[in-house]
Amino acid sequence: MLTVSNLKVSYGQSEVIHGLDFAVAKNETLAIMGRNGMGKTTLFKSLIGILPSTEGNINIDGVDVTNTESYRRVENGIAYVPQGRMIFPTLTVQENIETGMEVSKLKKIPDDIYALFPVLHEMRSRKGGNLSGGQQQQLAIARALVTNPKVLLLDEPTEGIQPSIIKDIANVLNELKKLRDITIIVSEQVLSFTQAVADRIIVIDKGEFIHEDTKDNVNTDVIRKYLSV
Amino acid sequence: MGEYTYSELGSILAMQGFAGISLFSVLLLMALGLAIIFGQMGVINMAHGEFMAVGAYTTYFLSVLTEQYLPSLMPYYFIFAIVIAFLVAGVLGYLAEFALIRHLYKRPLDTLLATWGLSLIMQQSFRSIFGAREVSPTLPEWLLGSYQPTETIDIPLNGIFVLVLTGVVTLGVFYLLYKSSWGLRVRATTQNRVMSGAVGINTKKVDRYTFALGCGIAGIAGAAFTTIASTGPTTGSLYIVDTFMVVVFGGAASLFGTIVSAFTIAQTQSILEFFISGSMAKVYTLFALVLILMFKPEGLFASKVRR
Repeated sequence: MLTVSNLKVSYGQSEVIHGLDFAVAKNETLAIMGRNGMGKTTLFKSLIGILPSTEGNINIDGVDVTNTESYRRVENGIAYVPQGRMIFPTLTVQENIETGMEVSKLKKIPDDIYALFPVLHEMRSRKGGNLSGGQQQQLAIARALVTNPKVLLLDEPTEGIQPSIIKDIANVLNELKKLRDITIIVSEQVLSFTQAVADRIIVIDKGEFIHEDTKDNVNTDVIRKYLSV
Repeated sequence: MGEYTYSELGSILAMQGFAGISLFSVLLLMALGLAIIFGQMGVINMAHGEFMAVGAYTTYFLSVLTEQYLPSLMPYYFIFAIVIAFLVAGVLGYLAEFALIRHLYKRPLDTLLATWGLSLIMQQSFRSIFGAREVSPTLPEWLLGSYQPTETIDIPLNGIFVLVLTGVVTLGVFYLLYKSSWGLRVRATTQNRVMSGAVGINTKKVDRYTFALGCGIAGIAGAAFTTIASTGPTTGSLYIVDTFMVVVFGGAASLFGTIVSAFTIAQTQSILEFFISGSMAKVYTLFALVLILMFKPEGLFASKVRR
């Protein structure tokens, strides 16, 4: 579904992602784990086209999207939930969701979105900026889902969110995988969350993949060791 | 003020107040265009006044054409002139964005310089095409004359017309911004351009149409302007400063603030002008403005949310 080959990303002269190769299959959930500053967010930003890649290829469902603009990539089926949510603070919850519907040409917010996130329906006419962190996270996911993505990118969805809501978000993602054909790539530092949602776990360190496990034989101790500072 | 009786003072207030409303209308139309362009792409369009002049000259040109070839249509041409002024200024704005401004989005100071250069080019073009003398279109009969509610109050009809026109355009802009999908895209891009792209909005296309719309509204302001004053090559630059004042005072992101601040500034100036000289009126207005902005640097109406 998503194939990335020899991806290199730099900030000015300093290269941060050093030629990553990976592929994610249809309906697979891949978790990318790593400490702060190891290149998770940089990788995600280059996948959605916010940061340009200096080398390599990104391919979504057979379409080469390398060096295209963000909105083109969204049209080709990739959706992005950024670290820190980045919802539109002065738009209402409903309007926030509707911004994602330019691509999918939906006229009305689909019922299944509000079914997944009942709290957003309750708060639909409030300003996005006045929601709590957990609610904003749900809003950011809803906004990404209405683009009808084939690949959903979630950058640290649990950051700054209380444990009970983290569980809710894991449940939503698992529910989503049952409802739709969707490939999910999530970057994380919380191992319990990752184990609840991911089919495969990759550890990134200094812009390179150093460890890979499938869900059934996750070596928690090894991954913990990589994540500890 | 001792030499005026109370009823005379009342009439003066009403009439000057109404003269202020004409100024308010033009300022508001100008500021609307400027504010949506600034809000959308952070470009301060120094040539905005010249786009207003484009609207005014278009109206003048059409009036000359109609007088020469279709004199029977004189009573109606003005309505078409407004629409055509909008279109001409809008298309020119679209071209300016396409040819010039879109290359400079990452260099905001350069857009200031570039649009200023554009304004000089446009001023000289007006001078070359229409001459340096001020021109006025022949207004249709129904715009002349005045309405006299009492013996001492004279309210010019063109002022009423301009006010109604401004109301319609303002409502139209409100509707577009808050009810249409284009408006949603604009408001999203205004808040977070990068993220708007990442939810699938083609921000560059939104920019181009927003710039065109802002310039088009300036064109309408120009058409309205011809009913209250004559147009010269430098007309636009005279109004641009006041327009900036309106936008800053109202809070750049708030349409409602723009309306209130246009009203306040226009009325203060117009009413003060009757009692003291025009330039002193301006001094007092600016002074009050500076004081208020010291305490409310974000303008009168800044939207309050967690960020």
